[in-house]
Amino acid sequence: MVNLGNFFYTLGMWLQGLLMRAGLSESGARGVFSALVAALLPLLALLTAVPLIWLERKWIARLQDRMGPNRVGPFGLLQVFADMIKIFTKEDITPLGADRVVFALAPVLAVAGVLGLWAVIPFAANAFGVDLNVGVLYLVAVGTLSTLAIMLAGWSANNKYALLGAFRTVAQMISYEVPLVLSLLVPVLLSGSLGLNGIVGAQREVWFVFSAPLAALLFLIASQAEVSRAPFDLLEAESEIVAGFNIEYSGMKFGFFFVGEFLHSFTMGLLGATLFLGGWTGPGVEAFPALGAVYLILKGTFVYFIFVWARATFPRIRIDQMLDFNWKLLTPLGLFLIPLLAVVNRGLSESSLWLRNAALLGANVLLAVLVLIILGMRGRSARMRAASTVAPAPAGSRR
Amino acid sequence: MVPLSWYLIVAAALFCLGLYGVLARRNSVAILMGIELMLNAVILNLVAFWRYLEPARMSGQVFAVMVFAVAAAEAAVGLALIISLYRLKRTVVADEADLLRG
Amino acid sequence: MTIAQVIFAVISAVVLVSAVLVVASRNIVHAALWLILSLFGVAALFAVLEAGFIAVVQVVIYVGAIATLIIFAIMLTRREMREAGQQTHRWWPLPALLGMALFAGLAWLLVSLPGTGATPPALAGDDPVLLLGQALLSPEQYMLPFEVASVLLLAALVGAIVVAGDTR
Repeated sequence: MVNLGNFFYTLGMWLQGLLMRAGLSESGARGVFSALVAALLPLLALLTAVPLIWLERKWIARLQDRMGPNRVGPFGLLQVFADMIKIFTKEDITPLGADRVVFALAPVLAVAGVLGLWAVIPFAANAFGVDLNVGVLYLVAVGTLSTLAIMLAGWSANNKYALLGAFRTVAQMISYEVPLVLSLLVPVLLSGSLGLNGIVGAQREVWFVFSAPLAALLFLIASQAEVSRAPFDLLEAESEIVAGFNIEYSGMKFGFFFVGEFLHSFTMGLLGATLFLGGWTGPGVEAFPALGAVYLILKGTFVYFIFVWARATFPRIRIDQMLDFNWKLLTPLGLFLIPLLAVVNRGLSESSLWLRNAALLGANVLLAVLVLIILGMRGRSARMRAASTVAPAPAGSRR
Repeated sequence: MVPLSWYLIVAAALFCLGLYGVLARRNSVAILMGIELMLNAVILNLVAFWRYLEPARMSGQVFAVMVFAVAAAEAAVGLALIISLYRLKRTVVADEADLLRG
Repeated sequence: MTIAQVIFAVISAVVLVSAVLVVASRNIVHAALWLILSLFGVAALFAVLEAGFIAVVQVVIYVGAIATLIIFAIMLTRREMREAGQQTHRWWPLPALLGMALFAGLAWLLVSLPGTGATPPALAGDDPVLLLGQALLSPEQYMLPFEVASVLLLAALVGAIVVAGDTR
């Protein structure tokens, strides 16, 4: 049976055949093809940043009852290009006393860390850069690059505020990596696979957001912090440390950080869609695998909209609140969630799919209710203490 | 293919460089970096032996994971000691930490 | 030389050159950056050895955690680091000599050792990650060392906080 709809696979095979007819050996053709994919995928990723920036600015503007960009081109569509021209033609300044090489390296690393994530995202049944058998761990590994980039940017600029921003980065990104990894472990646990393709394949019937909504919530919060956007943007808090780690950057180097941040957020949306919303699966995908890419991008954009929504809605949190929230709520929650789900999943592995998933959902709800009760009790006692003394409410009383 | 001895030689070179770093540097953070190099040489050896001699049994990789755990513990405690030393003596140079010399 | 050998040679050159720069650079932050590159190269060697899990863990633990820790420590103890000054003590030729002698001895031993020129046998069909997981968690293999390692990590965590934490 010829799978006509297997668009990407056919395209790849056709290209390789073409190259072989052009006089290349089979391994040579595969090598050229791989190089082509390796060049095109980042290009594609970078190009998505253009509509993304416009989309986000419009969306935030609507949420805040503004118009957003509407001067350049229809609906302000060309605003991004105008900004690009501005940023390209700006003077590229390296501050005195800066570590030149490191200063130039940091923006590159920031973007590379994001583009690296695209290598393992399965866009459709047969369309992915590479199917690593340790895909989820790879995501964590590549994610460390962007932490490193921000840290180097802060250190190399020879500026106190930049360094302060870098300190905050270390504190924030390293702490929130813990709940992020814990939330990533849940799809791994439920699907029994470390590779992203296996995880998507295990969600054909039930998406993991239904069997493990708490893990999805953990992922949402932790990845927002990992991308360090509001309410977790205290590493570039304008009102406190001017602009944080990127204060000394101008021109294209600043553009790299800017694009990297937008792209990172959208990539996290794609990953959220892959890990919890079934990735490329959807109705009609068996007949037309190319449809999978559309589904993935729609789902990814949906998750991305949630990120932007949170960004537009919440005020920036303080650094002690940020750390408390992570170490006293998210991390313990993740640590309780994983064994609970493991036991339920294992105990009901013989029973029907729906029963097992209903039990998983029940376990999630139970844990959520417990956490809310505990938080409510703690909040009440904190309020009592605050009422008896005149001191401001202690940290951790958020919610 | 690449023979096993090449990996072992690279690992030996890495180990010797780390050894030099540990013995010759004054800065205690740099000494710690030398230790990391040496540990990595060991892991490289373990993984190479696993791949070439016993690919069916996972002992080599398991021991590599153990070395990772030990390295992480060592780095955490070592850096904590360095920060504590810096608080006490305002220096991270190993030679200047001579409180016990009297 | 075959392609595999060329790849190996390039990666090893990166690893060793950056390792030399780790022990030779005067600026300690640069040394940390070279360390990251060197460890990244070792991760690439693991990938060449078809130990994907170890390669990724190497990046997560070393490049992510340990390198971050080191840079953090450098920043916290910053005053000392910026002025370059003498980075090695005055007897530095002694360890250099020792290192070279050790390497010469090891290299001589390794080259003359029989059976080290062999090509690797093919991997078994099973997923190595799966096998590794089973080896780490099955009681008749390495479960006890695995648990002891986690206790060690916990102890190190507590110890590090006690040593470096503010004793107010």
